[in-house]
Amino acid sequence: MAKRSFLIPGVDKRLLIKDSIKTMPDVTRRRFIAGGASLGALTLLTGCDVVDSSSADALLAKISKFNDAVQDFIFNPDALAPTFSESAITKPFPFNAYYDLDDAPEVDGEAWKLEVRGLVDNKKSWTLPELTKLPQFTQITRHICVEGWSAIGSWTGAPLRDFLKLIGADTRAKYVWFQCADKDGYNSPLDMRTALHPQTQMTFKYAGETLPRAYGFPMKIRVPTKLGFKNPKYVVSMEVTNEYKGGYWEDQGYNSFSGS
Amino acid sequence: MSSLTVTDEQVTATPAKTIQPAWVRVMHWTNAVAMVLMIMSGWQIYNASPLFDFRFSHDITLGGWLGGALLWHFAAMWLLMVNGLAYLITGFISGRFRKKLLPITPTGVLHDVKAALTFKLSHDDLSVYNYVQRTLYAGIIVVGVLIVLSGLSMWKPVQLHWLVTLFGDYPTARYVHFFCMAAICAFLVVHVLLALLVPKSLRAMIIGR
Repeated sequence: MAKRSFLIPGVDKRLLIKDSIKTMPDVTRRRFIAGGASLGALTLLTGCDVVDSSSADALLAKISKFNDAVQDFIFNPDALAPTFSESAITKPFPFNAYYDLDDAPEVDGEAWKLEVRGLVDNKKSWTLPELTKLPQFTQITRHICVEGWSAIGSWTGAPLRDFLKLIGADTRAKYVWFQCADKDGYNSPLDMRTALHPQTQMTFKYAGETLPRAYGFPMKIRVPTKLGFKNPKYVVSMEVTNEYKGGYWEDQGYNSFSGS
Repeated sequence: MSSLTVTDEQVTATPAKTIQPAWVRVMHWTNAVAMVLMIMSGWQIYNASPLFDFRFSHDITLGGWLGGALLWHFAAMWLLMVNGLAYLITGFISGRFRKKLLPITPTGVLHDVKAALTFKLSHDDLSVYNYVQRTLYAGIIVVGVLIVLSGLSMWKPVQLHWLVTLFGDYPTARYVHFFCMAAICAFLVVHVLLALLVPKSLRAMIIGR
C-alpha cells in the first residue's frame, strides 16, 4: 500500500474528495473528474503531493488534442473496417452502458422522431417508418470498446452519408453532433469525414431483428471506425455544425477522435 | 596543492574509457521514464477489462481511472516511440548493435548462463557484454518492437488492419501486448537487480565511465 496522506486526521483525503464531488452539479462534476484524473496518479508517481496538478492535466489535454489531429491525418476515408461471416458473431452480444439495462431508455417508437438541426437544407423531423424506408444494408463488424474488450455484431441500416445527402447537409461542416435519450443526456460529436465513411450507418436492426432496447432502439449510429462510445444509441437528434459541442465521455477525458 | 596537480595530470594522462556513450545514456533513461509511465497507465487500462482473473492494485497504477490512464498512455507513447526509433536507428547505423550484441551463439549462452548461476561471470570489462547480457538486451529490443506494434494494432485496428493481421486478430494483439508487458517487467526485475549487484555498471549508465 502506498502511504496515505491525511488532510484531517483520520479522514481519507481521497474519500473526502469523492464525497464532495457527489454534491457538485452534474456538469461541474464531470469536468472536475476529467481535470483531476491525473492528480492522484502524479502524487503517487512523484511520491509527494502535487499542490497544483493543473499544469500536468493541461499538458495531457494538449497532447490529446494533438492526438486528435494525428488521427484525423492518418484517417483514410476509403479504409474499410474488416467484415466477418455470420458464424463469427459474438453471442450474446454484450449490453454496455454507464447504467444498468433496467435504466436504459424506453423509447416509444410510434411517438419517436429524429430531429435534424444545424447546417442542413431540410430540417424536417423523421419518423421511424420514414427512416426505415431508406435503402438499408447489413454489415458484420467488430465493435471495440474503449475498455479494451471487443465483440462482433451484425447491424442493418441506412448509410449516414446517404441520409446527409438527402437532407442537404453541408458536408463541409466539421461535425455531426448526436443527442440521445439516455439518462443524463448522452451526446457525442462525430467528425464529418467519419460521418461520410461508407460504413457509418444509421442502424435500425441488430442481427436482422428490430434493434432491441439494449442496443439502442429505435436508432443507433454504428461507426465501425470508432471506439464504442462514439457509437451513440437511442439517438433523438442530429445537428450538422462547425462548433465542437463536446460529448458525454469526451468531456470527461476520453480522446475525442477515438478512431480505430 | 602539488599533489592535486599531480592527480589532475594522472587523470588527463589516462582518461577512463567511455563505456556508455552519451546518446545511449540519454536514450536509456528517457526510455526508462517512458516505460514506467506506459506500464503503470497500461495496468490501469487493463483493469477496465481484465484479460485474466486479477486486477492491478490501484496504488501502483497511473491515471486514477480509465480515461486518465488513456491520456497518460497516449502521451507517453510518443516519448517511447520517438526515443525507441531514434535508438534503433542510431544503434544500427553506429554499429553498436553489431559490435555489442553479436554474435550470440548457443554454446556461448549456455557457458555464460552456467557461469552466472554459479556467480563466476566476470564483469571486469564492462565494455564487453557477456552472452547472457547479449541475449537479454537483444531479446528486450525485440519485445520492445513487438509491444509497440501490438499497441499500434490496438490503437488503429482499421487504419492498420494489415498490422492486426500480423498478430491474427484484435483480441490476440491484446494478449501479445499484455505478454510483452509481462516480459518487460520480468526483464526489469532482473536488470535492476543485476545493476545493483554490479554498481559500476549503473555508474557507467549515469556518468558514462
